[in-house]
Amino acid sequence: MRAEPSVLPLKLDSLSFVVRDTVLIDRISMMVRPQRRLFVLGPNGAGKSLLLRLCHGLITPTAGRIIWADPERAPRAQGMVFQRPVLLRRSVLANLIHALRLRGIGRRTARRRSEAALDRFGLRDLATRPARLLSGGEQQRLAMARAWVLQPQVLFLDEPSSQLDPAVTRLIENMITDFSAEGMTIVMTTHDLGQARRLADDVVFLHRGRLLESSPAESFFDRPSTAEARAFLDGELLW
Amino acid sequence: MGAFSAAFELIASGDPVLLEIIGLSLRVTLTAVLIGCLIGLPLGAMLALLRFPGRSGVVVVFNALMGLPPVVAGLVVYLVLSRSGPLGPLNLLFSPTAMIIAQAILILPIVISLTRSVIEDLWEEYREQLRSLGSSRLRAVPTLLWDGRFSLVTGILAGFGRASAEVGAVLIVGGNIAGHTRTMTTAITLETARGDLSLAIALGLILLAVTLTLNTGAYGIGQWGRRAAG
Amino acid sequence: MITCRHLVLGAAIALLPVAAAAQEGEYITVASTTSTEQSGLFGHILPLFEEETGIEVRVVAQGTGQALETGRRGDADVVFVHARELEEAFVEEGYGVERFDVMYNDFVIVGPGDDPAGIADAESAAEAMAAIAAAEAPFASRGDDSGTHVAELNLWEAAGVVPEGSWYRETGSGMGPTLNTASQMNAYALTDRGTWLSFQNRGELEFLFEGDEVLFNPYGVILVNPEMHDHVKAEAGQAFIDWLISDAGQEAIASYKVEGEQLFFPNANGAS
Repeated sequence: MRAEPSVLPLKLDSLSFVVRDTVLIDRISMMVRPQRRLFVLGPNGAGKSLLLRLCHGLITPTAGRIIWADPERAPRAQGMVFQRPVLLRRSVLANLIHALRLRGIGRRTARRRSEAALDRFGLRDLATRPARLLSGGEQQRLAMARAWVLQPQVLFLDEPSSQLDPAVTRLIENMITDFSAEGMTIVMTTHDLGQARRLADDVVFLHRGRLLESSPAESFFDRPSTAEARAFLDGELLW
Repeated sequence: MGAFSAAFELIASGDPVLLEIIGLSLRVTLTAVLIGCLIGLPLGAMLALLRFPGRSGVVVVFNALMGLPPVVAGLVVYLVLSRSGPLGPLNLLFSPTAMIIAQAILILPIVISLTRSVIEDLWEEYREQLRSLGSSRLRAVPTLLWDGRFSLVTGILAGFGRASAEVGAVLIVGGNIAGHTRTMTTAITLETARGDLSLAIALGLILLAVTLTLNTGAYGIGQWGRRAAG
Repeated sequence: MITCRHLVLGAAIALLPVAAAAQEGEYITVASTTSTEQSGLFGHILPLFEEETGIEVRVVAQGTGQALETGRRGDADVVFVHARELEEAFVEEGYGVERFDVMYNDFVIVGPGDDPAGIADAESAAEAMAAIAAAEAPFASRGDDSGTHVAELNLWEAAGVVPEGSWYRETGSGMGPTLNTASQMNAYALTDRGTWLSFQNRGELEFLFEGDEVLFNPYGVILVNPEMHDHVKAEAGQAFIDWLISDAGQEAIASYKVEGEQLFFPNANGAS
């Protein structure tokens, strides 16, 4: 689908993140392969969101390395959708245009591509509405559209549907499937195991900042190899 | 109460001297506010976003300058614009332009400091999202200024309030020349000194009305903006 | 981004009238004293001069010392003040070309209507001042080193009194504010006749003493020396001075009346 060379795979080499004396990410090594849907699972406080932020470059690791296949292009080849998206105090359309303009795209091209995105995601009717006044579901769909319009190779999603009702969650999931079908690599966290079962190709399982399992989704859900993962899948409280 | 009724008469009759004074005051202050904003908004936002050595010193200085006595600002502008000062050849002393400069200097620290505080708060909320979208801190300046527009109105209004109410600086650099640099506040000072209270009261009432109107308008815009833009 | 451009455009539009206002006809700047400005004299005579010559006169009203300083710095073309010694020094130092007599007015003593110090019948100004001090009646002083303040201090000296004590209040402000203060405190005050006559907020204060020769207050007008400041509009400034001391100017000064009373007495021809 994409003409430009892939920035993937992404390799994490013994990545750690320590705040004062608390180890939040503990020597994690793993790989993100192109065009897969990788789910980062684990109980609350395991370090899932933190891991995504480290990969995305929002936070600098205290030790270890993040190695992109093409480090030059990597920053512009990734996007992120947050649990609570921050939309600008302007119209839906202007939010999309702003994101494209930040990438140095010309005014007219940005407008054309933004309108195309509105059409594609059924947001056309909302184009002139103030983004901040949309419902939670509409806001997250706009955030997804904003991520998509930048055409990243990798999209990080941090619990994108945790605050949404089932109908909207379905819409978001469909969007993720579509993105993936276009060749976008997905790295996502969720605490909704059903969602992970529906969407994941691969799973990494974190517990207290450490990576305990890394396997194809099927084998993770059917035959977890650690006691912690089994307990997590059985819905037991873990900490 | 005679002075009050005379004041209302002056206002009602649209006294030309009165109108001229009001016109000049508004022109001077609004221009100064505009200049203060053109410089102060981007500068305040940059101060909020950029990290450089001595930054906290600069923040403290601008906070302190918010309390700069107008007469001191006036004196500095006077010395600079005086024929014997560095910018003397421009022949700006005792002109509306000199008053605009003095007022802009008074407004600037207010706009800078309030902008910095608004933008800092906004940056807390937007930082991850904007960095994820690939925005540098410098590039975030216009984005945040626009998104903070309804909060920034308060700072701009504070600047307007200070400029329109002050008398010390415009008196020194404007000279309170009748028909040329006489503003509402310097006229009030003069007329009070003359013991002619009716014109002073009329001007005071109008100054109050202008300030009230602008504040009401700005408050309305702020409320409307919060509703309309979230 | 559209908004930024609009802002700049708005700034340009807002500045236009200011720029336009700067391109006007010929004008001179005259540094004078607040008391002269507040007397209303300029409002009366300047339109006559402007009509005759087309030269606009912009009066900056300041304290006497400040007005001379404005001239020294070259920020005025003409100074028009009433402090003879200072004026002569100004010319001697080379800042002024020549001092011309223009007019004089006089100081009067005002005070509470019941006149507790009994100065209304005093023989001389010094005697009146001595009576005020002896009665320790409240007295409001300018206290600002203005011409009026200097005249007041000379009177105390002549009366052999060192003015101090709770009855002696220095306001550190102009004539009008000092009269406002005197009116509030029911105090005596030395004021120029002009300010007093046009002063509205008198309260209990009344006119009590006048006429002593020491109370005469001469005004001088001086062109700022173009050799010190080459931008001085010497020609227009001199035209203003020439007009002031001409028959037309002198008549204009004499014809200014407040409540039917003449405030300033022309003396350009050495009448005083």
